Amino acid sequence: MASIQDIQQDIIDEFDMFEEWMEKYEHIIDLGKSLPLIEEQFKTDDNLIKGCQSRVWLHAQHKDGKVIYTADSDAIMTKGIIALLVRAFSEQKAQDIVEADTDFINQIGLKEQLSPTRANGLVSMVKQMKLYALAFQSQN
Amino acid sequence: MDVNDIRHQFPTLHQEVNGHPLVYLDNGATTHKPQVVIDAISYYYEKLNSNIHRGVHFLSQQATDAYEASRETIRQHFNAQHLHEIIFTKGNTEAINLVANGFRQILQEGDEVLVSAMEHHSNIVPWQMACESSSATLKVIPMDEKGVLDMDSYKNLLSKQTKVVAVNHISNALGTINPVKQMIQWAHEVGAAVLIDGAQAGPHCSIDVQDLDADFYCISGHKVYGPTGIGALYGKEEWLKRLPPYQGGGEMIATVSFDKTTYADLPHKFEAGTPNIAGGIALKTAIDWINQIGLDNIVSYEKELVDYATEELSKIKGIRFIGQAQEKAGVISFLVGDIHPYDMGMILDKLGIAVRTGHHCAQPVMDQFCIPGTVRASFAVYNTKEDVNRLVEGVKKAQTMLS
Repeated sequence: MASIQDIQQDIIDEFDMFEEWMEKYEHIIDLGKSLPLIEEQFKTDDNLIKGCQSRVWLHAQHKDGKVIYTADSDAIMTKGIIALLVRAFSEQKAQDIVEADTDFINQIGLKEQLSPTRANGLVSMVKQMKLYALAFQSQN
Repeated sequence: MDVNDIRHQFPTLHQEVNGHPLVYLDNGATTHKPQVVIDAISYYYEKLNSNIHRGVHFLSQQATDAYEASRETIRQHFNAQHLHEIIFTKGNTEAINLVANGFRQILQEGDEVLVSAMEHHSNIVPWQMACESSSATLKVIPMDEKGVLDMDSYKNLLSKQTKVVAVNHISNALGTINPVKQMIQWAHEVGAAVLIDGAQAGPHCSIDVQDLDADFYCISGHKVYGPTGIGALYGKEEWLKRLPPYQGGGEMIATVSFDKTTYADLPHKFEAGTPNIAGGIALKTAIDWINQIGLDNIVSYEKELVDYATEELSKIKGIRFIGQAQEKAGVISFLVGDIHPYDMGMILDKLGIAVRTGHHCAQPVMDQFCIPGTVRASFAVYNTKEDVNRLVEGVKKAQTMLS
């Protein structure tokens, strides 16, 4: 498994290929469509992330020393953004997730396109993922 | 009425957003300001800047006169009987809180407060708080699937226990114009007081509180081409005398000693502290500006725009309109297929089109329709058919991208 840093770099390279915002958005929409859906049983209020304009469910489990995230949202753009986060952080070690830099969001030119309310939602998602990782880390 | 001439007076409208000329269709949230209003704010800080009602010096007198002239303009705008029935507030929300807070001391266990199913949070939460602290009960006037209040249910809900009815004149989420005159009449038959939330009505219809026989009526300055942080509450003299002061402080007192404080007469009893003087003065300019164009002209022009927009949007496959009342103003709320309003809003934003997405601070409305929110285009007198065309193109483009 590639490191979080490597995956982030891949994502940055991937977005660098697009010149137009529309292409970037279309890519995010495609990613949203391909996101593995969270199991229905985990789409509970407990798993809802607060601070998002759209609804976002995030589930995490610890398996063989790795954290596995699944997620969903009712908005496709949001789903695409979570898909990027899941790609970067899922199946990584808890400690690596806790310590990971998340600047790739800035670098793919996404954050600047998000209004503060939307960016807050993004921050909430990253924060929640890190919190899960921290919880798993402290269990060991 | 020349819309190009009107547009010309709004500096914020003439800018590019994301590389496109701005199309601003979020007027339900706030309207842009004509140059005269911006100038009025600057004039106060450049030439007057003094506290009001206190100083004997020249500038203080000038500022006081300008501020009180605004109160008179608002009185005329509402057609209120007395000048002291006009209270300056921070805005619509503060006006409702002022009234609801006063009713905490009047409401008793067993009393009932009615709000409608289409209220925004500002006209729900203050009443919930008042009911909680007085053990009164909050009841809800239901609406149908078109977004029209059920008048039979309303009549049935009214009883001797009803002490307050709080309802909006025009719904921010649906655009429905409520039959408030009839509602007030029925409420008065059981002895209830009625507060009309005029946040959305302010820019879209003429208001005559005497004809309506409203007990309370409130508007926000920033939704009628005026500044933010200023609004007005009309209250019938008898009610304003009966309600306790909302906040304590300077200006609202007659005499203060450590034993006992007596309160100032109306309207100052409800105007503690230094107000938003610049905002108050500029609100007059905004109302004068509206009157200069003529509210009737604005209403008929906006109707033409909303009708045109409804017609053009109707051609989009899979669109559905949320709120289809016969009597509607200013607002078109819609969804396209199963596209989330947030996704639609993000694409429209990239095309330079500002609409509102989400629940519009009216979550119970969205719950009733079982939707996460809507895309809302809300109109002002400076919008054009070209704006509508851009919106329709934008929605189509978003639909292609998102489907």
